[in-house]
Amino acid sequence: MIQRFRENRRLQGFLLILPTLFVMVVMLIIPLTLTVVTSFGQRDADGNVIYTFTLENYWRLIGFTEQGWDDLYLRILLRSLWLALQTTVIVIAMAYPLAYFIARAPEKRRNSLLFLVLIPLWTNFIIRIYAWVMILRGQGVLNSALGGVAGLLSIPFQPLDLYPSQGAVLIGMVYEFLPFMILPIYTSLEKIEPSLYEAAADLYANAFRTFWRVTAPLSMPGVVAGTILTFVPVIGTFVVSDILGGRQVILVGNLVQRQFLDARNPPFGSAASIILLLMTLGLTLYYTRRFGLGEEIAAG
Amino acid sequence: MSSTKRSPWLLLVSLLVYGFLYAPIIVLIVFSFNASRTNVMFEGIVNQGPCGPFYWYCQLFRNRDVLDATRNTLVIALTSTIISTIIGTMAALALQRFDFFGKRASETALYFPIVTPEIVMGIGILVLFSAAFGWLNSLLALAPAQRLTMGLGTVIISHIAFSIPFVTLVVRARLHGFDNRLEEAAMDLGANELITFRKVTLPLIAPGVLAGAMLAFTLSLDDFIITFFTTGPGATTLPIYVYGLLRRVVTPEVNALSTIWILVVLVVVGISQWFQTRE
Repeated sequence: MIQRFRENRRLQGFLLILPTLFVMVVMLIIPLTLTVVTSFGQRDADGNVIYTFTLENYWRLIGFTEQGWDDLYLRILLRSLWLALQTTVIVIAMAYPLAYFIARAPEKRRNSLLFLVLIPLWTNFIIRIYAWVMILRGQGVLNSALGGVAGLLSIPFQPLDLYPSQGAVLIGMVYEFLPFMILPIYTSLEKIEPSLYEAAADLYANAFRTFWRVTAPLSMPGVVAGTILTFVPVIGTFVVSDILGGRQVILVGNLVQRQFLDARNPPFGSAASIILLLMTLGLTLYYTRRFGLGEEIAAG
Repeated sequence: MSSTKRSPWLLLVSLLVYGFLYAPIIVLIVFSFNASRTNVMFEGIVNQGPCGPFYWYCQLFRNRDVLDATRNTLVIALTSTIISTIIGTMAALALQRFDFFGKRASETALYFPIVTPEIVMGIGILVLFSAAFGWLNSLLALAPAQRLTMGLGTVIISHIAFSIPFVTLVVRARLHGFDNRLEEAAMDLGANELITFRKVTLPLIAPGVLAGAMLAFTLSLDDFIITFFTTGPGATTLPIYVYGLLRRVVTPEVNALSTIWILVVLVVVGISQWFQTRE
Protein backbone atom coordinates (compact mmCIF):
# COMPACT_ATOMS: atom_id res chain seq x y z
CA MET A 1 0.00 0.00 0.00
CA ILE A 2 2.82 2.43 0.91
CA GLN A 3 4.63 1.37 -2.25
CA ARG A 4 1.55 2.14 -4.32
CA PHE A 5 1.22 5.58 -2.74
CA ARG A 6 4.88 6.30 -3.54
CA GLU A 7 4.27 5.60 -7.20
CA ASN A 8 0.97 7.43 -7.46
CA ARG A 9 2.08 10.97 -8.32
CA ARG A 10 -1.48 12.01 -9.17
CA LEU A 11 -2.63 11.25 -5.65
CA GLN A 12 0.42 12.95 -4.15
CA GLY A 13 -0.18 16.10 -6.17
CA PHE A 14 -3.83 16.16 -5.21
CA LEU A 15 -2.99 15.77 -1.52
CA LEU A 16 -0.53 18.66 -1.74
CA ILE A 17 -3.13 20.99 -3.26
CA LEU A 18 -5.97 19.81 -0.99
CA PRO A 19 -5.42 22.30 1.91
CA THR A 20 -5.33 25.21 -0.55
CA LEU A 21 -8.52 24.04 -2.25
CA PHE A 22 -10.19 23.67 1.12
CA VAL A 23 -9.26 27.23 2.17
CA MET A 24 -10.32 28.65 -1.22
CA VAL A 25 -13.70 26.91 -1.07
CA VAL A 26 -14.45 27.91 2.53
CA MET A 27 -13.05 31.44 2.42
CA LEU A 28 -13.77 32.49 -1.15
CA ILE A 29 -16.32 30.40 -2.99
CA ILE A 30 -18.82 29.93 -0.16
CA PRO A 31 -18.62 33.61 0.93
CA LEU A 32 -19.14 34.80 -2.66
CA THR A 33 -22.06 32.42 -3.12
CA LEU A 34 -23.63 33.73 0.09
CA THR A 35 -23.12 37.30 -1.11
CA VAL A 36 -24.89 36.52 -4.39
CA VAL A 37 -27.77 34.83 -2.52
CA THR A 38 -28.05 37.81 -0.15
CA SER A 39 -28.03 40.29 -3.04
CA PHE A 40 -31.31 38.77 -4.33
CA GLY A 41 -32.88 39.21 -0.89
CA GLN A 42 -34.73 41.98 0.88
CA ARG A 43 -34.53 43.62 4.24
CA ASP A 44 -37.37 43.74 6.76
CA ALA A 45 -38.15 46.71 9.00
CA ASP A 46 -35.69 45.52 11.70
CA GLY A 47 -32.80 45.18 9.27
CA ASN A 48 -32.96 41.37 9.04
CA VAL A 49 -32.38 39.72 5.70
CA ILE A 50 -35.35 38.01 4.04
CA TYR A 51 -34.14 35.52 1.47
CA THR A 52 -36.28 35.79 -1.66
CA PHE A 53 -35.51 36.23 -5.31
CA THR A 54 -35.78 39.82 -6.39
CA LEU A 55 -33.67 41.90 -8.76
CA GLU A 56 -34.80 45.09 -7.06
CA ASN A 57 -31.36 45.83 -5.51
CA TYR A 58 -29.67 45.64 -8.90
CA TRP A 59 -32.33 47.80 -10.58
CA ARG A 60 -31.88 50.40 -7.85
CA LEU A 61 -28.10 50.41 -8.39
CA ILE A 62 -28.38 51.21 -12.07
CA GLY A 63 -30.99 53.92 -11.52
CA PHE A 64 -34.47 52.37 -11.66
CA THR A 65 -36.02 52.90 -8.23
CA GLU A 66 -39.63 52.57 -7.11
CA GLN A 67 -39.79 56.36 -7.09
CA GLY A 68 -38.56 56.61 -10.67
CA TRP A 69 -35.19 57.38 -12.24
CA ASP A 70 -32.34 58.18 -9.82
CA ASP A 71 -28.75 57.98 -10.97
CA LEU A 72 -27.17 58.46 -7.52
CA TYR A 73 -25.62 54.98 -7.38
CA LEU A 74 -24.76 54.88 -11.05
CA ARG A 75 -22.76 58.06 -10.57
CA ILE A 76 -20.94 56.47 -7.61
CA LEU A 77 -19.98 53.49 -9.79
CA LEU A 78 -18.76 55.72 -12.60
CA ARG A 79 -16.85 57.97 -10.19
CA SER A 80 -15.00 54.94 -8.75
CA LEU A 81 -14.15 53.71 -12.22
CA TRP A 82 -12.94 57.13 -13.35
CA LEU A 83 -10.81 57.62 -10.21
CA ALA A 84 -9.25 54.17 -10.62
CA LEU A 85 -8.39 54.92 -14.27
CA GLN A 86 -6.89 58.31 -13.39
CA THR A 87 -4.84 56.77 -10.58
CA THR A 88 -3.52 53.98 -12.81
CA VAL A 89 -2.46 56.35 -15.60
CA ILE A 90 -0.69 58.76 -13.21
CA VAL A 91 1.01 55.86 -11.41
CA ILE A 92 2.34 54.44 -14.70
CA ALA A 93 3.61 57.91 -15.72
CA MET A 94 5.47 58.28 -12.41
CA ALA A 95 6.65 54.68 -11.99
CA TYR A 96 8.05 54.08 -15.47
CA PRO A 97 10.86 56.70 -15.41
CA LEU A 98 11.95 55.61 -11.93
CA ALA A 99 11.90 51.90 -12.82
CA TYR A 100 13.90 52.73 -15.96
CA PHE A 101 16.37 54.78 -13.93
CA ILE A 102 16.90 51.91 -11.45
CA ALA A 103 17.23 49.29 -14.20
CA ARG A 104 19.93 51.38 -15.91
CA ALA A 105 21.87 52.13 -12.72
CA PRO A 106 25.14 50.24 -12.08
CA GLU A 107 24.34 46.69 -11.07
CA LYS A 108 25.58 46.87 -7.49
CA ARG A 109 23.51 49.97 -6.77
CA ARG A 110 20.20 48.60 -8.13
CA ASN A 111 19.25 46.69 -4.98
CA SER A 112 19.69 49.71 -2.73
CA LEU A 113 17.70 51.93 -5.10
CA LEU A 114 14.91 49.35 -5.19
CA PHE A 115 15.07 49.01 -1.43
CA LEU A 116 14.47 52.77 -1.15
CA VAL A 117 11.18 52.28 -3.01
CA LEU A 118 10.07 49.62 -0.53
CA ILE A 119 10.85 51.36 2.78
CA PRO A 120 7.76 53.62 2.75
CA LEU A 121 5.61 50.47 2.31
CA TRP A 122 6.75 49.17 5.67
CA THR A 123 5.07 51.93 7.60
CA ASN A 124 1.39 51.41 7.89
CA PHE A 125 -1.25 51.86 5.17
CA ILE A 126 -3.47 53.97 7.45
CA ILE A 127 -0.54 55.93 8.87
CA ARG A 128 0.68 56.83 5.38
CA ILE A 129 -2.73 58.27 4.52
CA TYR A 130 -2.80 60.13 7.83
CA ALA A 131 0.59 61.64 6.88
CA TRP A 132 -1.08 63.07 3.76
CA VAL A 133 -3.78 64.63 5.94
CA MET A 134 -1.00 66.39 7.86
CA ILE A 135 0.53 67.62 4.60
CA LEU A 136 -2.61 68.71 2.76
CA ARG A 137 -4.92 70.19 5.39
CA GLY A 138 -5.64 73.93 5.64
CA GLN A 139 -2.90 74.70 8.17
CA GLY A 140 -0.83 71.74 7.07
CA VAL A 141 2.76 71.32 5.97
CA LEU A 142 2.23 72.22 2.30
CA ASN A 143 0.33 75.45 2.97
CA SER A 144 2.84 76.48 5.67
CA ALA A 145 5.73 75.87 3.29
CA LEU A 146 4.05 77.72 0.40
CA GLY A 147 3.08 80.54 2.77
CA GLY A 148 6.68 80.78 3.95
CA VAL A 149 8.00 80.99 0.39
CA ALA A 150 5.35 83.57 -0.55
CA GLY A 151 6.27 85.59 2.54
CA LEU A 152 9.94 85.63 1.57
CA LEU A 153 9.10 86.83 -1.93
CA SER A 154 6.41 89.14 -0.46
CA ILE A 155 3.65 87.73 -2.69
CA PRO A 156 0.11 87.62 -1.28
CA PHE A 157 -0.78 84.02 -0.43
CA GLN A 158 -4.15 82.37 -0.13
CA PRO A 159 -3.94 78.92 1.57
CA LEU A 160 -4.90 76.16 -0.87
CA ASP A 161 -8.07 74.28 -0.09
CA LEU A 162 -6.82 70.75 -0.76
CA TYR A 163 -8.26 68.70 2.06
CA PRO A 164 -10.76 67.13 2.13
CA SER A 165 -11.32 66.83 -1.63
CA GLN A 166 -11.37 64.43 -4.54
CA GLY A 167 -7.88 65.68 -5.49
CA ALA A 168 -6.57 64.66 -2.08
CA VAL A 169 -8.08 61.20 -2.57
CA LEU A 170 -6.31 60.94 -5.93
CA ILE A 171 -2.95 61.94 -4.38
CA GLY A 172 -3.41 59.37 -1.60
CA MET A 173 -4.27 56.59 -4.07
CA VAL A 174 -1.28 57.41 -6.31
CA TYR A 175 1.00 57.38 -3.28
CA GLU A 176 -0.29 54.07 -1.94
CA PHE A 177 0.09 52.15 -5.18
CA LEU A 178 3.19 53.68 -6.78
CA PRO A 179 5.60 51.01 -5.41
CA PHE A 180 3.36 48.23 -6.76
CA MET A 181 3.88 49.62 -10.25
CA ILE A 182 7.60 50.34 -9.92
CA LEU A 183 8.50 46.78 -8.91
CA PRO A 184 6.97 44.81 -11.83
CA ILE A 185 8.10 47.37 -14.43
CA TYR A 186 11.63 47.21 -13.03
CA THR A 187 11.58 43.40 -13.14
CA SER A 188 10.61 43.31 -16.82
CA LEU A 189 13.08 46.07 -17.77
CA GLU A 190 15.91 44.37 -15.94
CA LYS A 191 15.36 41.15 -17.93
CA ILE A 192 15.98 42.82 -21.31
CA GLU A 193 19.21 41.51 -22.87
CA PRO A 194 21.85 44.25 -23.42
CA SER A 195 22.59 42.70 -26.82
CA LEU A 196 19.15 43.89 -28.01
CA TYR A 197 20.20 47.50 -27.48
CA GLU A 198 23.46 46.85 -29.28
CA ALA A 199 21.54 45.28 -32.18
CA ALA A 200 19.23 48.30 -32.33
CA ALA A 201 22.23 50.63 -32.36
CA ASP A 202 23.91 48.56 -35.09
CA LEU A 203 20.76 48.93 -37.17
CA TYR A 204 21.01 52.73 -36.78
CA ALA A 205 17.99 53.10 -34.54
CA ASN A 206 18.10 56.33 -32.55
CA ALA A 207 17.32 56.44 -28.83
CA PHE A 208 13.66 57.25 -29.43
CA ARG A 209 13.14 54.42 -31.93
CA THR A 210 15.03 51.98 -29.69
CA PHE A 211 12.72 52.87 -26.84
CA TRP A 212 9.50 52.44 -28.81
CA ARG A 213 10.54 49.32 -30.72
CA VAL A 214 12.61 47.48 -28.07
CA THR A 215 12.20 48.76 -24.51
CA ALA A 216 8.50 49.64 -24.44
CA PRO A 217 7.14 46.37 -25.92
CA LEU A 218 9.43 44.21 -23.78
CA SER A 219 8.41 46.00 -20.59
CA MET A 220 4.66 45.59 -21.30
CA PRO A 221 4.27 42.50 -19.08
CA GLY A 222 5.49 44.61 -16.14
CA VAL A 223 3.06 47.42 -16.96
CA VAL A 224 0.18 44.91 -17.26
CA ALA A 225 1.03 43.29 -13.90
CA GLY A 226 1.42 46.69 -12.23
CA THR A 227 -1.89 47.89 -13.67
CA ILE A 228 -3.74 44.95 -12.14
CA LEU A 229 -1.98 45.44 -8.80
CA THR A 230 -3.06 49.12 -8.85
CA PHE A 231 -6.48 49.09 -10.48
CA VAL A 232 -8.04 46.26 -8.46
CA PRO A 233 -7.35 47.69 -4.99
CA VAL A 234 -8.09 51.28 -6.03
CA ILE A 235 -11.51 50.56 -7.47
CA GLY A 236 -12.59 48.79 -4.27
CA THR A 237 -11.08 51.05 -1.65
CA PHE A 238 -13.09 52.90 0.94
CA VAL A 239 -10.39 53.93 3.41
CA VAL A 240 -8.51 56.47 1.28
CA SER A 241 -11.74 58.20 0.24
CA ASP A 242 -13.05 58.07 3.81
CA ILE A 243 -9.97 59.76 5.30
CA LEU A 244 -8.83 62.13 2.55
CA GLY A 245 -12.20 62.88 0.97
CA GLY A 246 -14.07 63.69 4.15
CA ARG A 247 -17.62 62.61 3.63
CA GLN A 248 -17.81 64.24 0.21
CA VAL A 249 -16.16 61.62 -1.98
CA ILE A 250 -18.32 58.49 -1.98
CA LEU A 251 -16.96 55.54 -3.92
CA VAL A 252 -18.49 52.12 -4.42
CA GLY A 253 -16.33 50.82 -1.55
CA ASN A 254 -17.85 53.42 0.79
CA LEU A 255 -21.31 52.47 -0.47
CA VAL A 256 -20.77 48.77 0.32
CA GLN A 257 -19.27 49.48 3.73
CA ARG A 258 -22.07 51.87 4.76
CA GLN A 259 -24.83 49.54 3.61
CA PHE A 260 -23.40 46.80 5.81
CA LEU A 261 -22.32 48.73 8.89
CA ASP A 262 -24.41 51.94 9.03
CA ALA A 263 -27.55 51.50 6.95
CA ARG A 264 -27.93 47.81 7.91
CA ASN A 265 -29.04 46.83 4.45
CA PRO A 266 -26.91 43.75 3.60
CA PRO A 267 -28.94 42.81 0.47
CA PHE A 268 -28.29 46.18 -1.16
CA GLY A 269 -24.64 46.17 0.00
CA SER A 270 -24.20 42.66 -1.41
CA ALA A 271 -25.61 43.71 -4.78
CA ALA A 272 -23.19 46.66 -4.90
CA SER A 273 -20.34 44.31 -3.96
CA ILE A 274 -21.25 41.86 -6.74
CA ILE A 275 -21.47 44.68 -9.31
CA LEU A 276 -18.02 45.85 -8.18
CA LEU A 277 -16.64 42.31 -8.56
CA LEU A 278 -18.13 41.87 -12.04
CA MET A 279 -16.84 45.28 -13.15
CA THR A 280 -13.31 44.47 -11.92
CA LEU A 281 -13.18 40.95 -13.35
CA GLY A 282 -14.58 42.11 -16.69
CA LEU A 283 -12.07 44.93 -17.06
CA THR A 284 -9.01 42.92 -15.96
CA LEU A 285 -9.98 40.07 -18.27
CA TYR A 286 -10.44 42.44 -21.22
CA TYR A 287 -7.18 44.22 -20.38
CA THR A 288 -5.02 41.09 -20.06
CA ARG A 289 -6.51 39.60 -23.26
CA ARG A 290 -5.89 42.80 -25.17
CA PHE A 291 -2.35 43.46 -23.98
CA GLY A 292 -1.37 39.82 -23.67
CA LEU A 293 -1.56 39.87 -27.47
CA GLY A 294 0.82 42.83 -27.62
CA GLU A 295 3.35 40.71 -25.80
CA GLU A 296 3.24 38.04 -28.48
CA ILE A 297 3.67 40.59 -31.25
CA ALA A 298 6.74 41.95 -29.48
CA ALA A 299 8.19 38.46 -29.13
CA GLY A 300 7.65 37.82 -32.84
CA MET B 1 20.37 46.11 -18.95
CA SER B 2 23.67 47.88 -19.51
CA SER B 3 24.40 51.22 -17.97
CA THR B 4 24.82 53.75 -20.72
CA LYS B 5 25.04 57.51 -20.52
CA ARG B 6 22.23 58.92 -18.45
CA SER B 7 19.97 61.78 -19.27
CA PRO B 8 19.81 64.55 -16.63
CA TRP B 9 16.04 64.69 -17.12
CA LEU B 10 15.69 61.08 -16.09
CA LEU B 11 17.73 61.76 -12.97
CA LEU B 12 15.61 64.80 -12.12
CA VAL B 13 12.30 62.95 -12.58
CA SER B 14 13.60 60.02 -10.51
CA LEU B 15 14.66 62.33 -7.70
CA LEU B 16 11.22 63.98 -7.74
CA VAL B 17 9.47 60.59 -7.51
CA TYR B 18 11.73 59.58 -4.62
CA GLY B 19 10.92 62.91 -2.98
CA PHE B 20 7.19 62.21 -3.36
CA LEU B 21 7.67 58.76 -1.79
CA TYR B 22 9.57 60.15 1.20
CA ALA B 23 7.79 63.45 1.93
CA PRO B 24 5.08 61.84 4.11
CA ILE B 25 7.63 59.69 5.93
CA ILE B 26 9.76 62.72 6.82
CA VAL B 27 6.64 64.62 7.97
CA LEU B 28 5.64 61.65 10.15
CA ILE B 29 9.04 61.53 11.83
CA VAL B 30 9.37 65.30 12.36
CA PHE B 31 5.89 65.55 13.90
CA SER B 32 6.73 62.81 16.41
CA PHE B 33 8.71 65.54 18.24
CA ASN B 34 5.87 68.06 18.07
CA ALA B 35 5.12 70.20 21.13
CA SER B 36 1.45 70.43 20.12
CA ARG B 37 -0.84 67.72 21.38
CA THR B 38 -3.42 68.15 18.61
CA ASN B 39 -0.63 67.70 16.05
CA VAL B 40 -2.14 70.02 13.44
CA MET B 41 0.72 72.53 13.30
CA PHE B 42 4.34 72.06 14.24
CA GLU B 43 4.80 74.19 17.36
CA GLY B 44 8.42 73.47 18.17
CA ILE B 45 10.14 70.48 19.67
CA VAL B 46 8.47 69.03 22.74
CA ASN B 47 10.49 69.15 25.96
CA GLN B 48 8.45 67.72 28.77
CA GLY B 49 9.01 65.30 31.61
CA PRO B 50 12.09 63.14 32.06
CA CYS B 51 12.09 62.08 28.41
CA GLY B 52 12.51 65.59 27.00
CA PRO B 53 12.15 65.62 23.21
CA PHE B 54 11.21 61.93 23.31
CA TYR B 55 8.10 62.71 25.39
CA TRP B 56 5.67 61.07 22.95
CA TYR B 57 7.85 57.97 22.74
CA CYS B 58 7.65 57.58 26.53
CA GLN B 59 3.88 58.21 26.48
CA LEU B 60 3.58 55.50 23.86
CA PHE B 61 5.02 52.83 26.13
CA ARG B 62 2.48 53.72 28.82
CA ASN B 63 -0.44 53.41 26.41
CA ARG B 64 -2.03 49.99 26.94
CA ASP B 65 -4.23 50.24 23.84
CA VAL B 66 -1.24 50.76 21.55
CA LEU B 67 0.73 47.94 23.14
CA ASP B 68 -2.24 45.55 22.86
CA ALA B 69 -2.78 46.53 19.22
CA THR B 70 0.92 45.96 18.47
CA ARG B 71 0.81 42.54 20.10
CA ASN B 72 -2.35 41.55 18.20
CA THR B 73 -0.86 42.72 14.91
CA LEU B 74 2.29 40.66 15.43
CA VAL B 75 0.42 37.55 16.63
CA ILE B 76 -1.87 37.67 13.59
CA ALA B 77 0.99 38.33 11.15
CA LEU B 78 3.26 35.58 12.52
CA THR B 79 0.57 32.89 12.77
CA SER B 80 -0.95 33.60 9.38
CA THR B 81 2.49 33.81 7.74
CA ILE B 82 3.63 30.41 9.05
CA ILE B 83 0.42 28.61 8.06
CA SER B 84 -0.04 30.29 4.68
CA THR B 85 3.63 29.70 3.78
CA ILE B 86 3.31 25.95 4.45
CA ILE B 87 0.01 25.59 2.57
CA GLY B 88 1.09 27.89 -0.26
CA THR B 89 4.43 26.08 -0.74
CA MET B 90 2.61 22.74 -0.91
CA ALA B 91 0.33 24.17 -3.59
CA ALA B 92 3.30 25.53 -5.55
CA LEU B 93 4.99 22.11 -5.48
CA ALA B 94 1.77 20.43 -6.60
CA LEU B 95 1.18 22.82 -9.49
CA GLN B 96 4.76 22.88 -10.71
CA ARG B 97 5.79 19.23 -10.31
CA PHE B 98 2.67 17.07 -10.35
CA ASP B 99 -0.24 16.30 -12.63
CA PHE B 100 -3.58 15.71 -11.02
CA PHE B 101 -7.30 15.95 -11.53
CA GLY B 102 -8.49 19.55 -11.26
CA LYS B 103 -5.11 21.19 -11.85
CA ARG B 104 -6.42 23.83 -14.25
CA ALA B 105 -9.32 24.64 -11.93
CA SER B 106 -6.94 25.03 -8.98
CA GLU B 107 -4.75 27.42 -10.95
CA THR B 108 -7.74 29.59 -11.81
CA ALA B 109 -9.00 29.46 -8.21
CA LEU B 110 -5.60 30.71 -7.02
CA TYR B 111 -5.60 33.73 -9.35
CA PHE B 112 -9.11 34.70 -8.38
CA PRO B 113 -8.29 36.33 -5.00
CA ILE B 114 -5.61 38.49 -6.66
CA VAL B 115 -8.13 40.09 -9.03
CA THR B 116 -10.93 40.32 -6.47
CA PRO B 117 -11.22 43.68 -4.69
CA GLU B 118 -10.49 43.17 -1.01
CA ILE B 119 -13.78 44.65 0.11
CA VAL B 120 -15.71 42.01 -1.87
CA MET B 121 -13.78 39.25 -0.11
CA GLY B 122 -14.13 41.01 3.27
CA ILE B 123 -17.90 41.41 2.91
CA GLY B 124 -18.25 37.78 1.81
CA ILE B 125 -16.32 36.51 4.83
CA LEU B 126 -18.35 38.76 7.11
CA VAL B 127 -21.58 37.33 5.70
CA LEU B 128 -20.24 33.77 6.11
CA PHE B 129 -19.04 34.19 9.68
CA SER B 130 -22.12 36.01 10.90
CA ALA B 131 -24.39 33.37 9.35
CA ALA B 132 -22.28 30.46 10.67
CA PHE B 133 -21.90 31.92 14.17
CA GLY B 134 -25.57 32.84 14.39
CA TRP B 135 -26.56 29.34 13.40
CA LEU B 136 -24.09 27.63 15.77
CA ASN B 137 -24.97 29.89 18.70
CA SER B 138 -28.67 29.09 18.44
CA LEU B 139 -28.04 25.41 17.67
CA LEU B 140 -25.85 24.91 20.72
CA ALA B 141 -28.02 27.31 22.77
CA LEU B 142 -24.93 29.04 24.13
CA ALA B 143 -25.16 31.50 27.00
CA PRO B 144 -24.33 35.11 26.00
CA ALA B 145 -20.85 34.86 27.56
CA GLN B 146 -19.97 31.70 25.63
CA ARG B 147 -21.25 32.81 22.23
CA LEU B 148 -18.93 32.56 19.30
CA THR B 149 -17.90 35.97 18.00
CA MET B 150 -15.42 37.44 15.57
CA GLY B 151 -11.96 37.92 16.99
CA LEU B 152 -8.31 36.96 16.59
CA GLY B 153 -9.27 33.56 15.15
CA THR B 154 -11.44 34.94 12.36
CA VAL B 155 -8.82 37.56 11.45
CA ILE B 156 -6.05 34.95 11.31
CA ILE B 157 -8.09 32.59 9.10
CA SER B 158 -8.93 35.45 6.73
CA HIS B 159 -5.29 36.54 6.49
CA ILE B 160 -4.25 32.96 5.72
CA ALA B 161 -6.80 32.88 2.90
CA PHE B 162 -5.61 36.05 1.16
CA SER B 163 -1.89 35.26 1.63
CA ILE B 164 -1.84 31.73 0.13
CA PRO B 165 -2.16 32.82 -3.54
CA PHE B 166 0.74 35.28 -3.19
CA VAL B 167 2.99 32.70 -1.50
CA THR B 168 2.19 30.16 -4.22
CA LEU B 169 2.97 32.69 -6.94
CA VAL B 170 6.39 33.55 -5.49
CA VAL B 171 7.43 29.95 -4.72
CA ARG B 172 6.32 28.76 -8.17
CA ALA B 173 8.53 31.36 -9.84
CA ARG B 174 11.47 29.92 -7.91
CA LEU B 175 10.57 26.31 -8.80
CA HIS B 176 10.53 27.19 -12.48
CA GLY B 177 14.17 26.31 -13.13
CA PHE B 178 14.30 23.40 -10.71
CA ASP B 179 16.41 20.46 -11.90
CA ASN B 180 14.50 17.24 -11.15
CA ARG B 181 17.66 15.17 -11.66
CA LEU B 182 19.06 16.42 -8.34
CA GLU B 183 16.26 14.65 -6.49
CA GLU B 184 16.62 11.54 -8.64
CA ALA B 185 20.34 11.47 -7.86
CA ALA B 186 19.62 11.64 -4.11
CA MET B 187 17.12 8.78 -4.40
CA ASP B 188 19.61 6.72 -6.44
CA LEU B 189 22.11 7.18 -3.63
CA GLY B 190 19.63 5.59 -1.23
CA ALA B 191 17.93 8.61 0.35
CA ASN B 192 14.21 8.18 1.07
CA GLU B 193 11.61 10.84 0.19
CA LEU B 194 11.85 12.59 3.53
CA ILE B 195 15.64 12.88 3.50
CA THR B 196 15.60 13.95 -0.15
CA PHE B 197 13.08 16.67 0.64
CA ARG B 198 15.04 17.92 3.64
CA LYS B 199 18.53 17.75 2.16
CA VAL B 200 17.90 18.53 -1.52
CA THR B 201 14.50 20.05 -2.30
CA LEU B 202 14.07 22.36 0.68
CA PRO B 203 17.52 24.04 0.53
CA LEU B 204 16.99 24.69 -3.18
CA ILE B 205 13.55 26.26 -2.81
CA ALA B 206 14.33 27.97 0.54
CA PRO B 207 14.99 31.46 -0.95
CA GLY B 208 11.62 31.33 -2.74
CA VAL B 209 9.82 30.13 0.40
CA LEU B 210 11.48 32.89 2.42
CA ALA B 211 10.50 35.53 -0.14
CA GLY B 212 6.91 34.20 -0.08
CA ALA B 213 6.86 34.32 3.72
CA MET B 214 8.18 37.91 3.70
CA LEU B 215 5.43 38.92 1.29
CA ALA B 216 2.74 37.21 3.41
CA PHE B 217 4.06 38.91 6.54
CA THR B 218 4.06 42.35 4.91
CA LEU B 219 0.55 41.87 3.51
CA SER B 220 -0.76 40.81 6.90
CA LEU B 221 0.90 43.68 8.82
CA ASP B 222 -0.47 46.24 6.40
CA ASP B 223 -3.95 44.85 5.89
CA PHE B 224 -6.83 47.06 6.81
CA ILE B 225 -9.91 46.20 4.76
CA ILE B 226 -10.26 42.46 5.44
CA THR B 227 -9.28 42.92 9.09
CA PHE B 228 -11.90 45.66 9.40
CA PHE B 229 -14.70 43.27 8.42
CA THR B 230 -13.49 40.20 10.32
CA THR B 231 -12.26 41.68 13.59
CA GLY B 232 -14.09 41.65 16.89
CA PRO B 233 -13.66 42.44 20.58
CA GLY B 234 -10.08 42.02 21.74
CA ALA B 235 -8.64 41.77 18.25
CA THR B 236 -7.86 45.40 17.44
CA THR B 237 -4.81 45.63 15.19
CA LEU B 238 -2.67 48.74 14.71
CA PRO B 239 -4.32 49.84 11.45
CA ILE B 240 -7.76 49.45 13.05
CA TYR B 241 -6.62 51.35 16.14
CA VAL B 242 -5.19 54.27 14.14
CA TYR B 243 -8.32 54.39 11.96
CA GLY B 244 -10.40 54.73 15.13
CA LEU B 245 -8.15 57.58 16.34
CA LEU B 246 -8.55 59.44 13.04
CA ARG B 247 -12.19 60.04 13.87
CA ARG B 248 -11.14 61.81 17.08
CA VAL B 249 -7.72 63.39 17.66
CA VAL B 250 -4.45 61.84 16.58
CA THR B 251 -1.72 62.65 19.08
CA PRO B 252 1.99 62.57 18.14
CA GLU B 253 2.15 59.15 19.85
CA VAL B 254 1.00 57.64 16.55
CA ASN B 255 3.90 59.40 14.80
CA ALA B 256 6.31 58.10 17.43
CA LEU B 257 4.94 54.61 16.88
CA SER B 258 5.45 54.75 13.12
CA THR B 259 8.97 56.16 13.56
CA ILE B 260 9.91 53.21 15.79
CA TRP B 261 8.24 50.89 13.28
CA ILE B 262 10.36 52.22 10.39
CA LEU B 263 13.55 51.97 12.45
CA VAL B 264 12.85 48.36 13.47
CA VAL B 265 12.17 47.37 9.86
CA LEU B 266 15.33 49.13 8.67
CA VAL B 267 17.47 47.36 11.27
CA VAL B 268 15.96 43.93 10.53
CA VAL B 269 16.30 44.31 6.76
CA GLY B 270 19.76 45.85 7.14
CA ILE B 271 20.97 42.86 9.17
CA SER B 272 19.55 40.35 6.69
CA GLN B 273 21.14 42.26 3.76
CA TRP B 274 24.48 42.31 5.58
CA PHE B 275 24.34 38.55 6.09
CA GLN B 276 23.49 38.02 2.43
CA THR B 277 26.39 40.09 1.14
CA ARG B 278 28.79 38.34 3.54
CA GLU B 279 27.88 34.99 2.08
